[in-house]
Amino acid sequence: MQVQSMHFKARAGRKLADQRLQQNLKKLSTKFVSGRASAILELDDFEGTRDAAIERRMRAIENLDVWLDIFEREATRRGATVLYAESAEDASRLVVEIAQRHEVKKAIKTKSMVSEEMALNRALEAAGVQAIETDLGEYILQINDNEAPSHIIAPVVHKDKEEISDLFARVHRRPRLTDIPQMTREAREMLRPQFLSADMGITGGNFIIAETGSVALVTNEGNEGMCTILPPKVHVVVTGIEKVLPTLEDFATVMRLLPRSATGQSISNYVSLLSGPKREGDVDGPEHMYVVLVDAGRTGLLGSEFQDMLRCIRCGACMNHCPVYQKIGGHSYGWVYPGPMGSVLTPSYVGVENALDLPQASTLCGECHVVCPVKIPLPDLLRKLREKQVERRLRPVPERLGLAAWAFLARRPALYRLATQIAVRGLRLWAGGRTTIARLPLARGWSDYRDMPAPSGRTFHEMYRQRQRK
Amino acid sequence: MRVGLFVTCLVDAMRPEIGFAALRLLEEAGCEVDVPLRQTCCGQPAYSSGDRKAARALAEKFVEEFEHFDYVVIPSGSCGGNVKVHYADLFSDDPEWSARMERLAPRVFELTDFLQNVVRIAHLPDGSRPQRVTYHDSCCGLRELGVQAQPRALLDKAGVEIAEMTDSRQCCGFGGTFSIKYGDISAAIVDEKCTNIQATGAGTVVLGDLGCMLNIEGRLRRSGDDKTRVLHIAQVLAGGC
Repeated sequence: MQVQSMHFKARAGRKLADQRLQQNLKKLSTKFVSGRASAILELDDFEGTRDAAIERRMRAIENLDVWLDIFEREATRRGATVLYAESAEDASRLVVEIAQRHEVKKAIKTKSMVSEEMALNRALEAAGVQAIETDLGEYILQINDNEAPSHIIAPVVHKDKEEISDLFARVHRRPRLTDIPQMTREAREMLRPQFLSADMGITGGNFIIAETGSVALVTNEGNEGMCTILPPKVHVVVTGIEKVLPTLEDFATVMRLLPRSATGQSISNYVSLLSGPKREGDVDGPEHMYVVLVDAGRTGLLGSEFQDMLRCIRCGACMNHCPVYQKIGGHSYGWVYPGPMGSVLTPSYVGVENALDLPQASTLCGECHVVCPVKIPLPDLLRKLREKQVERRLRPVPERLGLAAWAFLARRPALYRLATQIAVRGLRLWAGGRTTIARLPLARGWSDYRDMPAPSGRTFHEMYRQRQRK
Repeated sequence: MRVGLFVTCLVDAMRPEIGFAALRLLEEAGCEVDVPLRQTCCGQPAYSSGDRKAARALAEKFVEEFEHFDYVVIPSGSCGGNVKVHYADLFSDDPEWSARMERLAPRVFELTDFLQNVVRIAHLPDGSRPQRVTYHDSCCGLRELGVQAQPRALLDKAGVEIAEMTDSRQCCGFGGTFSIKYGDISAAIVDEKCTNIQATGAGTVVLGDLGCMLNIEGRLRRSGDDKTRVLHIAQVLAGGC
């Protein structure tokens, strides 16, 4: 996907002014935040489960090559073909080649954020292969002129039912429906012929299991079964190399956390483990199964100070709980992954210089770290990215000068005293007898939206010294 | 018991009365309090902005000025968190400084944590204070230092009733320079906080961090609310506010 993260500020501004979006984003706290809060109470030992999941995820990440080798061996033994892609473009090319090899005209897809990284639909289209999204949310976005998802698990969280009603009526050319079960039925009617006529199914992979060579899929709508088992003769999995888990036991542990953290469900409606294509005697399954394992920047994080990011299980809890995401939604972030995890992943995968705002656009409130099921220190990682920007001199000159001047003074107590005494008197004068200051020419970002409570005009230290002298 | 009081740069410049309130509380609790004269800022603005070098220099300065005290008390969760939690990261490549910090960190406390859990203050100073307030949990105090029950217990001890707001643990949108760099996003976040504060009908919001205080008060005033009082926990506990 093309990176638009450099337009963060302008986009965020538009999203803040969009009253309808603001209303729609309230779903995050009412639905996901409270859902997670009650779901985690079901676990006897939430903290212990988290620690176990971290340990299991890190065991996989720390010996990634070994576990990928084992996965490849086991998956191959069960008849699947495992392919590696160094870049997102390579991955798209591999999928297009598979489609061409099997003379595919139509592919049906489940939701996959890795396929968004790859801009897979566009690549397939360019090769004459029609790609159809079958996850309801992704389907809605696709028929709305290929709109980008705004959330990693709830791609249309930015839309309300009314918008979708209008869209369905316009695109489906049917009477406008407002009842959700009727609307989903209509989407089903539209998708059913596509399922039955597709030659290839494309899915993501929530995890891949090394010991059994299986691909694990966690979904709620049942479309995944239609994409992998029902009609297509070819099933292609696209997923990141970091998604490997050594054992089924590891998968069981992580699954105690994933649906609870994501949607507040004890378990998702469907959990599938797909181990190779159809074998002799099997009644269903694809004739061919490919697993495309995508690097696209991931190995760059291995062994780095950002390695912890690789254990992410893509639940979305960090964005659901983020005060910034809750106000601006996912599109402002400008690439595939939004919210705190996206603000770490985007600069890591597409270049620090291409996403300067993302690590800065966080209050570092720490709630993402608190709710992350695998305790990724997201605020620390965002701060480290800010350090990278400073090291590479990517911050704007006024900010650098301001910070340098302040740091110079803060290290020199006598000078600092003098400067603060002058500053608080200046502000006091500027306030002109009022208790608040309405305009700060050097900090318009503050005073355009807030008053600044006026200082009392004398610093603590001068008052304290005076008191000591008495 | 010798206590070093770090008043913080924002209290020093913007609200000196909070520094004196903290001083009064510590003395009331029987501490021998000293306010080192060379103190300036803990370096959090530099650390959060990614300027590790400046942050490290200020961290060294802080350690030098405060390590000889039995305890160090800070009337701010975010400065407290910066010292107690993040200095270790700044010193991580230097065994000597790390060792000094390791000895200091367990003796650094946020004010309410210190009053409630270390000196277990029995009696709070007499003085006027609001009868009913709502309490905003500042992010760093809450998430880095576990400050949540302490201010509530102390308010209770002072006879102040707490009307809890919706989402008291939700960030106010300050975030240091975030509030200037992304003023519009910050304002949208603090608006929600203001609404939640007003909905309690308490008339006063109490909190433990100057950043949140300036942000919330600034937004309340800008949106025409001149009535809701915004007070630091030290002011309420010390009385006379």
